[in-house]
Amino acid sequence: MTFTFAAARPYAGAPRRGPLTRLLEDERWLAVALLLPTVLLLGLFIAYPFVKGVELSVTDAKVGVPGHFVGLQNFEQVWNDGIFRVAVWNTCVYTAVTTVFKLVLGLWLALLLNNNFKGKAFTRAFILLPFIIPTVLSTLAWKWMFDPTFSVINWLLYQLGLIRTRINWLGDPNLALISVIIVNVWRGVPFYAISLLAGLQTISPELHEAAAIDGARAWQRFRHVTWPLLLPVTLVIVLFSVIQTFADFQLVYVLTGGGPANATQLFATYAYQLGIGTGLLSEGATISLAVFPVLLLVVIVQLLYIRRVETH
Amino acid sequence: MARIDRRRVLKISGAGAVAATTGGIAAILASGRAPAYAQASTVHWLRWSDFVPASDQVLRNTIAPECEKALGTKLNLEMVNANDIQARITSAIQSGSGPDIILGLNNWPQLYTQSLADVSDVAEDLGKAQGGYYEISKAVATADGKWIGVPWCVGGGLVAYRKSWFDEIGCTQFPDTWDALRDAGKRLKEKGRPIGQTLGHTFGDAPGFWYPYLWSWGGKEVEPDGKTVALNSKETVESVKFAVGFWKDACDEGGLAWDDSSNNRAFLSGSISATNNGASIYLEAKRKPDTYQTDKGTPMYQDILHAPLPKGPGGQFNLPGPFTDMLMGYSKNQKPAKDFLRWVSSKPIFEQWFTSQQGYTDGATLVWEEDKVWGADPVMLPFRDLPRKGRLMGYAGPPGRASAEAQTKYIIVDMYAKAVQGMPAEDAVKWAHEELVKIYT
Repeated sequence: MTFTFAAARPYAGAPRRGPLTRLLEDERWLAVALLLPTVLLLGLFIAYPFVKGVELSVTDAKVGVPGHFVGLQNFEQVWNDGIFRVAVWNTCVYTAVTTVFKLVLGLWLALLLNNNFKGKAFTRAFILLPFIIPTVLSTLAWKWMFDPTFSVINWLLYQLGLIRTRINWLGDPNLALISVIIVNVWRGVPFYAISLLAGLQTISPELHEAAAIDGARAWQRFRHVTWPLLLPVTLVIVLFSVIQTFADFQLVYVLTGGGPANATQLFATYAYQLGIGTGLLSEGATISLAVFPVLLLVVIVQLLYIRRVETH
Repeated sequence: MARIDRRRVLKISGAGAVAATTGGIAAILASGRAPAYAQASTVHWLRWSDFVPASDQVLRNTIAPECEKALGTKLNLEMVNANDIQARITSAIQSGSGPDIILGLNNWPQLYTQSLADVSDVAEDLGKAQGGYYEISKAVATADGKWIGVPWCVGGGLVAYRKSWFDEIGCTQFPDTWDALRDAGKRLKEKGRPIGQTLGHTFGDAPGFWYPYLWSWGGKEVEPDGKTVALNSKETVESVKFAVGFWKDACDEGGLAWDDSSNNRAFLSGSISATNNGASIYLEAKRKPDTYQTDKGTPMYQDILHAPLPKGPGGQFNLPGPFTDMLMGYSKNQKPAKDFLRWVSSKPIFEQWFTSQQGYTDGATLVWEEDKVWGADPVMLPFRDLPRKGRLMGYAGPPGRASAEAQTKYIIVDMYAKAVQGMPAEDAVKWAHEELVKIYT
């Protein structure tokens, strides 16, 4: 009897290990190799523009003119700029108000969707629409709805007898900010709802049952069972949302262009107006960077808070 | 099958044309060198989406093919929304590549001076051949004594108004003083037919009304030295006070949120009686006489006339919008692009485009004042005289970077907007003055 030993060799000696394979079997090198694509992408699309932005903000560069180093002169100039201060205030109000509304409405929606009802899957998918539709498209539709002359909202309220004269949605400075907030909340609630829903589903129903057996009413169950367990997820979602809302551009640009008289001017729209409209790249970069310390602070505070909550 | 000799084959094929002129393959072989006919070059021209769509059609369907035949240059035409051109210019200059020629609005050439090629030879020749340029066209297209762009045309605005509605309240001529207009507007607004003007952040109509308004009261941004800010003056404060009253009495108050198309739509739907605008309202109404009708069922365009903005204590002005073709410095096609500019602005070619505009714009050179387009429709005739009476932003200084910054920040427009929204006139003027000081120092 003859045997062929083709497949009977022990594993350790079976494949010929080339130098590359041996290298990758060392965990440290494998880690480097696996992280390299991500590091490259992050470096190219995030780190490099950021460094370039910092570089621009400490020069007096204009479009086509590299400019010279001027230190922190741009920051000083921007701080003294009245329109910049208005933009800071607007952005803070805009972010704060929209976040509160999105959280409350998103949470309420998530709690509703957490129940079992007919058409649950369809409803959950449908709810996501405002978030999925490209912002520019949905904002253009809202712009039409708020139109000074042809607003369908005004028409409806007029037909219902609730108003006698047109509401100047986008023309009155306070109403303009409110309009922008409404559109942002409309767009952002689905994000909150779906993410909080995911968080809610990790809470075991046995905890709710145990609390109910102990005599807790719905509100008490929410306050003592749901909310504490949801807090880490909520904080992460709020963190993302705050960062995105602070840097919002498309919505305001399409709806009001920053007007009327800068009532809805935000960091991003003002930076664009200066950098592109006037070719003052350095000042535009400065304004964009002015957002950074604030957001860094927000991120640090929230991450610390999350850590505290999780280890509690 | 007939015998086809080599000469006939060459004539039939595409290369036959060139070979025939140079004497055929035999001549090429005899000279011992490869034929040196020019490579077909491409010129990439970036323009705005014209408010008169017919003109874009003329460029694509008539002028582009003609260009290929006459110059051997393929014309790559690109039209984008006017608001987006600056973003394209910025990225093109910063990255060093992009369209060869870009159509700049207003005083954009002054913003990008260092990145534009010297086109003095082309511009001077065209100017000499066509009776000279308007002052305003020259002012935006020159810097440091050389031409940084070839002026293309000049856009302008007049007040489009509903003749029958003004007749009804007793104004057979359009009011030519601000008091008369306020009075007429008040009576019209009571009938639900206010005057409509934008006070929003929009690049065309907002400066187009409020800068000439400021000048007509005697106000100005800077002194002729181009550095001393002169906005805070008695005249400016007067103009602001009047504007507040005028707005409340005679204007559609939604105008604070209007963009460049809102007044067109409002006028064509019959909700306002007058608005300062380019000729696009009238031309659109004329294009679709069945869509845009008066209450009596007659075509609206027959009820539209144009008039200049009223006189004020300081005079009567308008803000023209010069368009300039800028040859970008980074372009590798300098010679083909210059030849193209020379050709496309020449009388026979430009005329085709100019005719399709039907008077929406004026030429940049004086010769176009005599063009037959002005005899075609008396309603459009007032547009012909705009460039001579126009002033540019940044008056009384030169239209440089600082005036562009002031416009981009909407300082003058916001001065009136703030006052209309309740800020005392003196404070609004003071605010605007300080903003200008920051820009001009």
